[in-house]
Amino acid sequence: MTEILDERGLSCPQPVLDTLKALPSVQGGKLSVLVDTEAARENVARAAESKGWQLASVEEKDGEYTLHLVKNA
Amino acid sequence: MKNYFSTRWGIIAVGALIGLLAALLQKMGNPPNMGICVACFERDIAGALGLHRAEVVQYMRPEIMGFVLGSLVAALLARDFRPRTGSAPVIRFTLGFFAMIGALIFLGCPWRALLRLAGGDWNAIFGLLGLAGGVFIGTLFLRGGYNLGPAKKAPKFVGFAMPLIMAGLLVLAFMNPPMAGEGKSGVLFYSLKGPGAMYAPLFIALAIGLLVGGLAQRSRFCTMGALRDLILFKQMHLFSGLIALVAVAFLANLAFGQFKPGFEGQPVAHSVGIWNFMGMVLAGLAFALAGGCPGRQLFLSGEGDGDAAIFVVGMIVGAAFAHNFAMASSPAGIGANGITGLIIGLVVCLGIGFFGMRKQA
Repeated sequence: MTEILDERGLSCPQPVLDTLKALPSVQGGKLSVLVDTEAARENVARAAESKGWQLASVEEKDGEYTLHLVKNA
Repeated sequence: MKNYFSTRWGIIAVGALIGLLAALLQKMGNPPNMGICVACFERDIAGALGLHRAEVVQYMRPEIMGFVLGSLVAALLARDFRPRTGSAPVIRFTLGFFAMIGALIFLGCPWRALLRLAGGDWNAIFGLLGLAGGVFIGTLFLRGGYNLGPAKKAPKFVGFAMPLIMAGLLVLAFMNPPMAGEGKSGVLFYSLKGPGAMYAPLFIALAIGLLVGGLAQRSRFCTMGALRDLILFKQMHLFSGLIALVAVAFLANLAFGQFKPGFEGQPVAHSVGIWNFMGMVLAGLAFALAGGCPGRQLFLSGEGDGDAAIFVVGMIVGAAFAHNFAMASSPAGIGANGITGLIIGLVVCLGIGFFGMRKQA
């Protein structure tokens, strides 16, 4: 079961702060982050990539994005 | 869809273009080292509407309307228009209010601080150090769990409110154009001397405002965010846009003969270092707690963020109070009640930071 972080409605830098805080303790090298602005989507992806994670895929539904992050092997 | 503007080179290009356009606006009539200044221009708008009666700073600055409307258009085109509100609006109003009190003690928003530096006004160094100090204090609260809670999705018309208000102000500007030698035209006040009497042609200012608004919306350009991300995440992304702005504005000022280095006699500035510093500590803290510099708040309000819109209203009201209550500085020095306003602002903003910290789950 992939951990999911719900960051909807929160403005920057909250989604980035919470993502960076969650990354080190994630089990199984997978984390999904739910955001609802494009800026948050870009910022979370950029921050995760700077920590050796990768944006595997993004699902969009009703203006909300689920970012699937995976840890680089 | 790949958003080119949010890449490293995108943000650098946008910062560089803003630096160039600001120098150009100054050349075409805007006040010295004030090609673009969100705080000053909102203050001028408050004056044009008669919310304060400081006669040298009254003009309906079309750049501000351009910023919001340009952002709206860019957001609509990119399907990034997201009406939302409800994240502690009254706190955001208060932060906008005291951000303006601080900015008018220094005499400029972060954009103008950068432009003053690029024009050779070394007093800006104190302002920028203060800004970084204020943002740093803000990051301590952020690390401590500060946040104003989530916003909620809002109906479409809520997102259109701020752009429509700006469109209304633009209509007022068109219907009440300045008349030579007259301090009032219809319902609007105009300055006959001082910075309020200096402006680029309306359509050029509006066009540049629209362009900057659109590009900044796509790139998320933010001066406060640049410092915050550097301090909080050691991330250079937004900061690289800020450096590009200063570098290009400096070169453009050299080319236009607008670069005049020194501390004394700088235009629309005073040289009391400590208050230049402290004013921007207050402003920087308020921006950090609100999540964006004054420019960014305009762009966010254009893309439907009702909380950013309230911050903007807070700034305009703050400008009116700053002048009515003698808290704003002038080239002669700080206002009679500037220090009082500064202390109250710091107490209030520190309180907001403290009480806004939540226990982390």
